[in-house]
Amino acid sequence: MYRYDEFDAAFVKARAGEFRDQVARRLSGALTEDEFKPLRLMNGLYLQLHAYMLRVAIPYGVLNGAQMRKLAEISETYDRGYGHFTTRQNIQFNWPKLKDAPAILDELASVGMHAIQTSGNCIRNTTTDPFAGVAPDEIEDPRATCELIRQWSSLHPEFTFLGRKFKIAVTGAEADRAAIRVHDIGIQIVRSEAGETGYRIFVGGGLGRTPMIGKVVREFLPKPDLLRYLEACLRIYNLHGRRDNKYKARIKILVHEIGIEAYRDEVEAEFASLAGTISPDAEEEARIAAYFASPEYAALAEASAFYERAKREDPDFAAWARRNVHPHRAPGYAAATISLKPIGGAPGDATAEQMRAMAEIAERHSLDELRVTHEQNVVLPHLKLDDLPIVWRKLKAQGLDAPNRGLVTDIIACPGLDYCALATARSIPVAQRIAERFADPTLQERIGPLSIKISGCINACGHHHIAHIGVLGLDKAGVESYQLTLGGDATETAAIGERTGPGFSYEDVVDAIETLIGAYLDRREPGETFLQCYRRLGMEAFKEPLYAAA
Amino acid sequence: MPLRDGTGPIPDDWTKVEPGAPLAARSLLGLADAEARGAELGGIDPRSLGLRVANDAERARLLPWLRKVGLIALAFPSFADGRAFSLGRWLRERGHEGRLRAEGPVIADQWPHLRGCGFDEVEIPEALAARQPEAQWKAAEARIALGYQVGRPGRQAISAARREARR
Ligand code: SF4
Repeated sequence: MYRYDEFDAAFVKARAGEFRDQVARRLSGALTEDEFKPLRLMNGLYLQLHAYMLRVAIPYGVLNGAQMRKLAEISETYDRGYGHFTTRQNIQFNWPKLKDAPAILDELASVGMHAIQTSGNCIRNTTTDPFAGVAPDEIEDPRATCELIRQWSSLHPEFTFLGRKFKIAVTGAEADRAAIRVHDIGIQIVRSEAGETGYRIFVGGGLGRTPMIGKVVREFLPKPDLLRYLEACLRIYNLHGRRDNKYKARIKILVHEIGIEAYRDEVEAEFASLAGTISPDAEEEARIAAYFASPEYAALAEASAFYERAKREDPDFAAWARRNVHPHRAPGYAAATISLKPIGGAPGDATAEQMRAMAEIAERHSLDELRVTHEQNVVLPHLKLDDLPIVWRKLKAQGLDAPNRGLVTDIIACPGLDYCALATARSIPVAQRIAERFADPTLQERIGPLSIKISGCINACGHHHIAHIGVLGLDKAGVESYQLTLGGDATETAAIGERTGPGFSYEDVVDAIETLIGAYLDRREPGETFLQCYRRLGMEAFKEPLYAAA
Repeated sequence: MPLRDGTGPIPDDWTKVEPGAPLAARSLLGLADAEARGAELGGIDPRSLGLRVANDAERARLLPWLRKVGLIALAFPSFADGRAFSLGRWLRERGHEGRLRAEGPVIADQWPHLRGCGFDEVEIPEALAARQPEAQWKAAEARIALGYQVGRPGRQAISAARREARR
């Protein structure tokens, strides 16, 4: 993984110092609250319902054991002993004090971490496939591209006061595990017919109040042109970007209003005329890429008799292995998902003790590397098959062994009414009740791959639009009402979910979801997933049973 | 309104001229006014002319003035409205060699970004200058030293510094 050198470290340290100064100048009155707000947001500090929230950047979701330990320590010293992993592959602390924020940033800087650009109207943390560098189907490791973008976008003088936030995601495989089509810019590493590696660029995707699937703005971009092209994309957006209405300020609205062709024409003209050098030299790009060279794997056999026997002997371990273990490109290795979705837990939360356990496991067994996923789980990317049983036992001891990756209880939920000042409904308790209803692991496996995502208001931080079953909590005359959507999809077959009809009360929403799943189980063909079944049968087949009782 | 550049407060030797009013030694005109004056400006040294430009001005309208005028002042209606960062950078890329001014309530914290986009000076409201005295701008100036982006005025890119350190 990328390691900060003295220059990265100095940059982060200077930022922590700058923010300390900004807090002091806010307190002295040199900065007004209005002026301070975007500055604190750019340093990850949000004002929530009960307290400040600090969002810490985990660049493209990759971190090492020492960094995870530091997060654990911060959660104990400055927060309530836990952290919340987010859909942006970051971590949030829900209870820090403003006065502690500079000290926390100093602590983070000591392990090469920061909170820069984790919120505010700037280019946010670039996200990627949690199986980057590991997945057998990958054309190229997307993390080198992510790191290039991280450096280019850090405090970019031109793009730090944009009309609205700007999110970029990169994938190195055709199978999209980074949801690139619902980002402001999505980047897919592709290979041309001539065998040249380059990028396909999507633009104008996004969720929120007006969900949209990104459109291809450039079919093939040669690799060396990336930053120049991004600069052109951002400049056209920044110059046009509406400032009159924050709900119309995202690039998806611009692309929708002027059309993808007009946007493309402007970008291409800008791209052709951009003067001066934008990318660092080839030496620097090679330096970055070297950090993501394949680690030294042991020479192992393809299969492990020990692992196979462990699965035969322990059905619980076998269930976890079926759901949470993923193929690895190196023989004798696997990646594993640590589910942060125990039945009854708050999705994405981890205690300090759990964070330390994950750090220890990563250091001992996973080449000192962890990945945060946009499904709010954590991945151990480099495990020997022989080590899987011991890793699982260690996870089990911490309650981190839920065998539910990608299943009905692997729910994404935004903070909702429990934390968020904008919420119109609870979302975490709904997730907990759904998980409890489907707690039986056998039932979960019978249902198969199914994503449920819950947002506590129309801002859609819970990504409900791209869930197979999406849940949107609204406020109907002072009463929570949950709207359901079906058929959303975050992958290469991306789609925005369709509304079923009238919403359901807090009490009834879990029954409604059970009815939908029942309809699927009744009518599915062998091997058909919920999404495939929905696409075959259409909305009516689900709507009917859903509203029949009412 | 107070004017400053990288060296500190500076006197303003430009006169803001109202539409149609007589020209001064160095006249700062609104873009539309300058366009309307047409031939009247023909015999004048363009370096004694400056343009005040809104941040949503059509870029095509600026092209005829590039490489000619002595000053372009871009409006920042609010510090949070960052359109003029792009406009300023674009003007520099397209060859504007005169002064580039940010006009409006930009804050000291934005000084490094302004410099990075090619601005030379800021003209800020009195009240803001009182709240953010010169020392705060000087402190911001010191932060310009370190940045990742390549080819920015007044500083070395981190990648270049790395290369030097390796040698
Ligand atoms: S979706 Fe709404 S309630 Fe949930 S975190 Fe976002 S703003 Fe808050």
